[in-house]
Amino acid sequence: MTTKSQELMHWIDARFPLTSTWKAHLSEYYAPKNFNFWYFFGSLALLVLVIQIVTGIFLVMHYKPDASVNASGIPVAFASVEYIMREVPGGWLIRYLHSTGASAFFVVVYLHMFRGLLYGSYRKPRELIWVFGTLIFLALMAEAFMGYLLPWGQMSFWGAQVIVNLFSAIPVIGPDLSLVIRGDYVVSDATLNRFFSFHVIAVPLVLIGLVLAHIVALHEVGSNNPDGVEIKKKKDANGIPLDGIPFHPYYTVKDIMGVVGFLIVFSAILFFAPEGGGYFLEYNNFIPADPLKTPPHIAPVWYFTPFYSILRAVTYPLFGVDAKFWGVVAMGASVVIIAFLPWLDRSPVKSIRYKGGLFKAILAVFLVAFFILGYLGVLPPTPGRTLVAQICSVLYFAFFLLMPWYSKLDKCKPEPERVTFK
Amino acid sequence: MSVDQKMDSGRRQLLVATSAVGGVAVVATAVPFVASLTPSERAKAAGAPVEADIGKLAPGEMMTVEWRGKPVWILRRTPEMLASLEKTEPLVSDPASEKPMQPEYAQNKHRSINPEYLVAVGICTHLGCSPSDKFKVGAESGVGPDWPGGFLCPCHGSLFDLAGRVYRSMPAPDNLEIPPYKFLADTRILIGDDGKA
Amino acid sequence: MSIRVIKTLKRLAAIVLFAPALALSAGAELHLDKAPVSSDPAALQNGAKVFVNYCLNCHSASFARYNTLQQIGLDEQQIRDNLMFTGERVGDLMKIAMRPAESKVWFGVTPPDLTLIARQRASEFGSGADWLYTYLRQFYRDPARPTGWNNVVFGNVGMPHALWELQGQQVAKVTEHEDGTKSVALELATPGRMSVEEYDKTVADLVSFLVWMGEPMADKRKTIGMYVLIFLAGLFVLSYALKKNYWKDIH
Repeated sequence: MTTKSQELMHWIDARFPLTSTWKAHLSEYYAPKNFNFWYFFGSLALLVLVIQIVTGIFLVMHYKPDASVNASGIPVAFASVEYIMREVPGGWLIRYLHSTGASAFFVVVYLHMFRGLLYGSYRKPRELIWVFGTLIFLALMAEAFMGYLLPWGQMSFWGAQVIVNLFSAIPVIGPDLSLVIRGDYVVSDATLNRFFSFHVIAVPLVLIGLVLAHIVALHEVGSNNPDGVEIKKKKDANGIPLDGIPFHPYYTVKDIMGVVGFLIVFSAILFFAPEGGGYFLEYNNFIPADPLKTPPHIAPVWYFTPFYSILRAVTYPLFGVDAKFWGVVAMGASVVIIAFLPWLDRSPVKSIRYKGGLFKAILAVFLVAFFILGYLGVLPPTPGRTLVAQICSVLYFAFFLLMPWYSKLDKCKPEPERVTFK
Repeated sequence: MSVDQKMDSGRRQLLVATSAVGGVAVVATAVPFVASLTPSERAKAAGAPVEADIGKLAPGEMMTVEWRGKPVWILRRTPEMLASLEKTEPLVSDPASEKPMQPEYAQNKHRSINPEYLVAVGICTHLGCSPSDKFKVGAESGVGPDWPGGFLCPCHGSLFDLAGRVYRSMPAPDNLEIPPYKFLADTRILIGDDGKA
Repeated sequence: MSIRVIKTLKRLAAIVLFAPALALSAGAELHLDKAPVSSDPAALQNGAKVFVNYCLNCHSASFARYNTLQQIGLDEQQIRDNLMFTGERVGDLMKIAMRPAESKVWFGVTPPDLTLIARQRASEFGSGADWLYTYLRQFYRDPARPTGWNNVVFGNVGMPHALWELQGQQVAKVTEHEDGTKSVALELATPGRMSVEEYDKTVADLVSFLVWMGEPMADKRKTIGMYVLIFLAGLFVLSYALKKNYWKDIH
């Protein structure tokens, strides 16, 4: 028996690098042994991606991207979502998996990014991993935004209307650009169909490609760890890092535990609060899109709100161009600037464990500012709130732009030679 | 290899148990996805039994009712039409309706509950076209000088008699399907539900 | 040097932490009564009866099918006999004969489809059920309105009080406060066929029905959820033990 299966493996390996791939990426991929809680979120992001793709495939079988109105006066797209919720066997579960999965995706990705921030995972030689990661985040935002139009509810419609109109703020080409994005003078059936196409085909392809690049780049240089020391610097006689352990089986069993833990939290929301208190599924989105009536209060879904707040915080015209344009620029910059972290951080150490109080304090302020921006994004603006948003936006950008200065100034502790493992 | 050496019995048991329970989880997860491929409530409502009022159907006339998106014929046969079934008996391939193309109560010479009314799914058993009625007899029908009346499938020329029985050596392998049905009253038929299934 | 910077930053952080309180101000308050939502089949069935008799003439429930009412304990014959007035089939959707374009001309606005109304009306002030329960009990006579009716929760509402025969007619007593705000108190001027308690119970049943109709699978969802969580808890224990077992190799 063993020889038979060994023969088969030889036959395959002569034609396809199965065993060597398995070894290179799992059984002989050496990861630092001191990963902590924060290191679950990479594999969890992959899990949520799979959930979204599988549920998405099944939803497309029943969903209809059609803004025309049926005999009962309901847009076909909206009705098809309710059809999935009520009439397709198991459809409600698949749809809730997808809608809750969207929010879960951002929760996991935000935590994953914060991990990078904590332990300096973006530092040399992992700059490209971080850049790919930022691109994944951008693609994810595009994916989520276009997917949100598909249920064709009030929030879908007006959210898309507002965001697409942002592009019209760009000087000279703006108005034509937003027209090209919509394919019509308002968000309409044409917009719905192209967003559907992008949401189910184009952006997922890009996402999968980027995720692949992210992982390939990671496995090229190896993982960082909570101590921020390079395990490849200390190797044994066989060339195996002293602080490294094979990813499989040690991190596969650990990640499986993480997956089950995540699924418990995910299922608790999915089965007992799928609306997420109106944050995962907004109440107004149970009303079919009505191009003639804007809901009294429109807010983007929670995961966009920090950036949306930055957009709204810009209220001054500059260089003869109105504030709207600079708001768009600020919002775009607030995401793009994340990609430059590897070159902004000049600290002698990677991990927060060995950074000084200055960096810790600034990181705390940044975090608080980010949360406040997120919170303000769901509220209608008032002069007081706009002022707070402006302060927080400045703090947000200051965190990045002043980093070359304060990261050098910070009093760091010496990094250890080897990783700490209890 | 080093991992295999350390595979003590406790670890093996845990591995088997976790894999088994995890496998159950994967299968359970598949359930809603597979379920979503089955007919929806809308399809079930559209496929619900259909009532037909046959009170106004004259002898020799046929009406078509839609059931599950398929045409169901209700033909009120005249005594001459019923008599033609005797003539076609040696010509058809399954005269006694031995193949299960009908509920038990229609497994008879006239393939119906009440001999007068033929209820059949008007879909050719060859490749799914809907045969046309050729009730006229003889050369006038355009089928042949000896034609006793029946159905002709326009796609590949299969011939059926007035009980939906297929002639010998035709592309169609089976007699026309008889759907489950019952009489609610003398003039009302319920198609799709015979109170048995 | 850096200590002073930290101190400044701490002060800044305090300001920033204080900001939410600043952010939470302004915005009109909506006072809603807590709806006694029930999942008792008798209440849901009564609600279904009220819904079909009083709502389903102008409002559709075009995502729901009559035969889904079997889930609240009615059989097909009961649905056909008590809840269906036109010759539809029990598998049909709860649509109405009035076309949206026509009703727009007649009422000025198309009466909204009610299938999802309990989910639509949720807000930061309360659940959709609370809104509906308050709304249906706070109609009052207002001669200034074309329908003769107005509503405390939904000012200048287009719908007349469909249940007025049951509730009776209320009138509004507006009190102006010193700070310029107004509050409205309702008084029952002419009683209806029901006492106040009976009417509240009827509305509660109707609202319970609307909540059920908004998500008929809600009960099933929670039941499945319990099993899933118990199962996953077991799987977690196993996977934790497995991880522990493997990781005892690592020193």
